[in-house]
Amino acid sequence: MSPTSPTILSELAPPPAAPAPGTDGYITADGRKIGGVLMDLRHITLRFGGVTAIKDISFDIREGEIRAIIGPNGAGKSSMMNVMSGFYVPQEGEVWFRGAKRPPMRPYQVARQGLARTFQNIALFDGMSVLDNIMTGRLTMMKSSLLEQALWWGRAEAEETRHREQVEKIIDFLEIQNIRKTPVGRLPYGLKKRVELARALAAEPKLLMLDEPMAGMNVEEKEDMSRFILDVNDEFGTTIALIEHDMGVVMDLSDRVVVMDYGRKIGDGTPDEVRNNQEVIDAYLGVAHD
Amino acid sequence: MLYREAGDFKTSYRDDSQTFPLKLDRMGYWVTLAVAFGVIPFVITDYWANAVLVPFLIYAIAALGLNILVGYGGQVSLGTGGFMAVGAYATYKLSTAFPEISLLIHILLAGGITAAVGVFFGLPSLRIKGFYLAVATLAAQFFLVWLFNKVPWFYNYSASGQITAPERTFMGYVISGPATSASAKYLVCLVFAVGLAWVARNLTRGTAGRKWMAIRDMDIAAEIIGVNPLTAKMSAFAVSSFFIGVAGALLFSIYLGAAEASETFGINKSFLVLFMVIIGGLGSIFGSFAGAAFLVVLPVFLKNVLVGALGWPTDLAAHLELMIVGALIVFFLIVEPHGLAQLWRLTKEKLRLWPFPH
Repeated sequence: MSPTSPTILSELAPPPAAPAPGTDGYITADGRKIGGVLMDLRHITLRFGGVTAIKDISFDIREGEIRAIIGPNGAGKSSMMNVMSGFYVPQEGEVWFRGAKRPPMRPYQVARQGLARTFQNIALFDGMSVLDNIMTGRLTMMKSSLLEQALWWGRAEAEETRHREQVEKIIDFLEIQNIRKTPVGRLPYGLKKRVELARALAAEPKLLMLDEPMAGMNVEEKEDMSRFILDVNDEFGTTIALIEHDMGVVMDLSDRVVVMDYGRKIGDGTPDEVRNNQEVIDAYLGVAHD
Repeated sequence: MLYREAGDFKTSYRDDSQTFPLKLDRMGYWVTLAVAFGVIPFVITDYWANAVLVPFLIYAIAALGLNILVGYGGQVSLGTGGFMAVGAYATYKLSTAFPEISLLIHILLAGGITAAVGVFFGLPSLRIKGFYLAVATLAAQFFLVWLFNKVPWFYNYSASGQITAPERTFMGYVISGPATSASAKYLVCLVFAVGLAWVARNLTRGTAGRKWMAIRDMDIAAEIIGVNPLTAKMSAFAVSSFFIGVAGALLFSIYLGAAEASETFGINKSFLVLFMVIIGGLGSIFGSFAGAAFLVVLPVFLKNVLVGALGWPTDLAAHLELMIVGALIVFFLIVEPHGLAQLWRLTKEKLRLWPFPH
């Protein structure tokens, strides 16, 4: 039990349900059509030894949606994302993706199902150029054998050129043409974040997971990144799951928000609903103990 | 002034991703190849072949192989000597068992056998990294050398425990055995070195290379974007061992003509090739050649200067040579920890702006 929650829990109404999500989806206020359930997390519990990082959390992510996960530090948001990307295997609960329960599998197999993510602490390949980094996003689509690559013959070269074309589109989209041959290690922080987004986009994911895409950025960089996130969602119809601390950004960008605190889910709904949820306010502002 | 991209426009992605994007570099490359194939074979002497060029080419192949594993794949290996021994003994067994098949095919097959052995000894890399992996590959080094000394089948029960290269010909020319001419030795090694360097370049610029480098730079992120660590690491070990196996086969059958496992392929060899890779530059094909050249040519050069020009006694020169080579290695690593390849890269970047750097 969390120290902030106890006394007034019983006085609260249950958290409001998500905005009438019928099984066939819904239309957002700005007129985008949200589809059926893409990923469904059912009663996820994750423990590290004696510590319970995530406690019986369920929520779903719908096709075409921007879904935010928020919560104070240590709430278990990143652990949740690690469960979604297959890096952690929860002790209890099921992950359903595109209508099928995920069997036990390694992270690279999860990636091949159509999930891509960025990391809270940038996880780019520092020794490689921006172009090569983004090309790694397409590794799962490369089919040529080692022998073909060794002789640069058959599928190897055609494949390289074809994927390069796709990658160049993403480079144009994110406006990083001028740095494409720069080694990633030399780039400033904000650009690294953008390259990481490019690498995730290159995989053409069904579900794109962004772990604090705007951490440590100034206002302009945040605005740029917000624009890219909205554009990605708009132009490619990519479903996005997002962890973010900046409340303004979260409330502006997302369609629905999950709020976590001490490994529990304390709120779920549209930004407005979440904003007015007493338990969420308590978690963020603290509660007077009497 | 001449050396720059300006005006050298690329209109296709194929052109843009070529190995030498600058025209002058491309010309330099073709001129080097033309001299290596068209001029040197006709002027080469026994001394130049045996002291400089043949060992340089053979060690360049070994360094390329180790560089694929260490520089591109990020896995440490101290088993190079052992893997070279596998290449040498495999060539010996194959060429004595099937003398009618060309030695060149045997050398490639020996590379394949070494690749399989390398994959086996690379298995620990799935669980351990860094220094611990280095110690695990050290086991390969000692085990393989011990095996080739202890089991007489490997050296065909010869009384001396040595293996000796039988005489073999290719298109009428002797390429193995004591009667081999300097230019034949040189040409065989050159063909392998150029061919394998081309293969290494193809692999490292494409999908396989990106997988290896992704694992090297951040293995967890690599797995999350869809790289299977098992196949990526094992393919790095396989390709690397193939190169090293071919180098070992050439060292034995073309260069030395005879070998004994613990003498020829001891731990010293592992360190020598590792130093070549580190001094030349990790993750660089040019660096593999530069490192091999540095460590093969420098002792010869020093010997010629000290004994030949200054007239010092040979034994004194031999000791001083070790000290000077050691000091130079330390000096180079302090000045440029990323090796000769990085020095070369910096020079080229400066040259690009010359003579108006602002």
